[in-house]
Amino acid sequence: MKVLETTGLTREFGRLIAVDALTINIESGEVFGLLGPNGAGKSTAIKMLTTLLPPTAGKAYVAGFDITRQAACVRRLIGYVPQALSVDGSLSGYENLLLFAKLYDIPPRQRESRLQEALRLVGLTDVADKLVRQYSGGMIRRLEIAQSTLHRPRLLFLDEPTVGLDPLARQAVWEHIQQLRAVYGTTIFLSTHDMEEADRLCSRIAIMHLGKLVITDTPDRLKASIGKPDASLGDVFVHYAGDSLESGSSYGETSRGRRRARRLG
Amino acid sequence: MVKLQEEGGGHGDWDNSIPVARLSPLASFSGLVKKTLAIAEFEIRKLRHDFTELITRAAQPVLWFILFGEVLTRARAIPTGDHAYRDFLAPGILAQSVLFVAIFYGIAIIWERDLGITNKFLVSPTPRAALVLGKALSAGVRSLSQVLIVYALALLLGVKMNWQPLALLGVLAVVVVGAALFSTFSLIIACLVKTRERFMGIGQVLTMPLFFASNAIYPIELMPGWLRMIAVINPLTYEVDALRALMIRDWQSSFGIGIDFVVLIATTIFLVIIGARLYPRVVI
Repeated sequence: MKVLETTGLTREFGRLIAVDALTINIESGEVFGLLGPNGAGKSTAIKMLTTLLPPTAGKAYVAGFDITRQAACVRRLIGYVPQALSVDGSLSGYENLLLFAKLYDIPPRQRESRLQEALRLVGLTDVADKLVRQYSGGMIRRLEIAQSTLHRPRLLFLDEPTVGLDPLARQAVWEHIQQLRAVYGTTIFLSTHDMEEADRLCSRIAIMHLGKLVITDTPDRLKASIGKPDASLGDVFVHYAGDSLESGSSYGETSRGRRRARRLG
Repeated sequence: MVKLQEEGGGHGDWDNSIPVARLSPLASFSGLVKKTLAIAEFEIRKLRHDFTELITRAAQPVLWFILFGEVLTRARAIPTGDHAYRDFLAPGILAQSVLFVAIFYGIAIIWERDLGITNKFLVSPTPRAALVLGKALSAGVRSLSQVLIVYALALLLGVKMNWQPLALLGVLAVVVVGAALFSTFSLIIACLVKTRERFMGIGQVLTMPLFFASNAIYPIELMPGWLRMIAVINPLTYEVDALRALMIRDWQSSFGIGIDFVVLIATTIFLVIIGARLYPRVVI
């Protein structure tokens, strides 16, 4: 069954075409990776698919629901971990989860057990009552993942989930992502420019460049496609998006990215 | 509540229900109320974790009351009928301190947007109106501390207060609605200007006319005609009018407390509707 289906999805900002006729299909249970250099249009694509940004043209369906005309239904079916910090530092971990349990209409009788299960799954039970501003970057990311899967979404969007994390924290986040898929069969859509992450997690990878989808395939077939023996995913990335060294992030994006890295580090 | 339609085949105990597009008006309304209360509840919980904000807010009413109020009460420069100027001023200071706190509420909206919290709220199935109204309500509840401060000061300075329980409840209601109104106004500005720097500038520019073109510190009758026109369309005037009639013994309202409430509530609803339309754009 198709969980996500887009045809010709496009977003323009004035004269800039941030996402140019994106067409993708994602089957239930896949871990789909969207790769691309900074400014390739990954975040814009995710913002459209999560109903935050109306597309300029094209169509997209989540489990058969139109993202523009049936946005309210789509919102019940998806989970989203934004690139930026999305939990509230002035509330405890538990309170952050409880608020979203209420916003997602989880019935009061199930709330406590769901919250405890979510805390256990991400290993935050012992610190649940601490204020989130005392958490480390890795703990914050895990809490964010718990928060956006409380309602058991069909499709979980992760926008660069491990950016700025140290290797240990990154490993823990990867394990949780794999666990979500194994335990609940969650379909995962993740954007990243971490090749190791894409190779480890993704069953299929799409490479975006300057707003356009360049190629979509399994990691192994992508590596075989560039005709270089023992090619890594990094080689694949350079092959398909390599002429963009000078493109991409602006001063503003760079400063935001650095600030985020500092916060999470 | 949301009607759910079962769909076969799924994984583990993942939720296999699919939401049906249409909701009855009653279900939509009850959803709106529940979500509004949830948003407000957690905004207020934040206060429990950090009290300093409440204490620093007390400074402004104290300064206005003691410095400005006492000088003008002695000078008798402003005609306030049979009442001392400090009686006239007390409700004005309450309204002002609520306004000053509420009008900078938009900063929090921009801050949350910068962090990414707003994205998370907008992706959830929470009605946009509930997001805006929940914030407004929490601003209202937060302002209640100002009532305590102003009442304590008024008692200390010998203002002739009305202590009837119903009047006290009325004061609380006016303060909550007033704060909700101006915090939603602030949210709208935040959604339009989108950066903290621009917001700070505009916040300063708006506060002054809202405050001085109202009946907060002098009667409207003293104003030139053109300014009086502005004061009459300024919601703060109605807030102060209601507060004065409810807080001060033997004070007659100029417009009628009923009218004051209607104006305040209608303006708030109008602003919430606009705010709910603009709020999703803050992340674009």
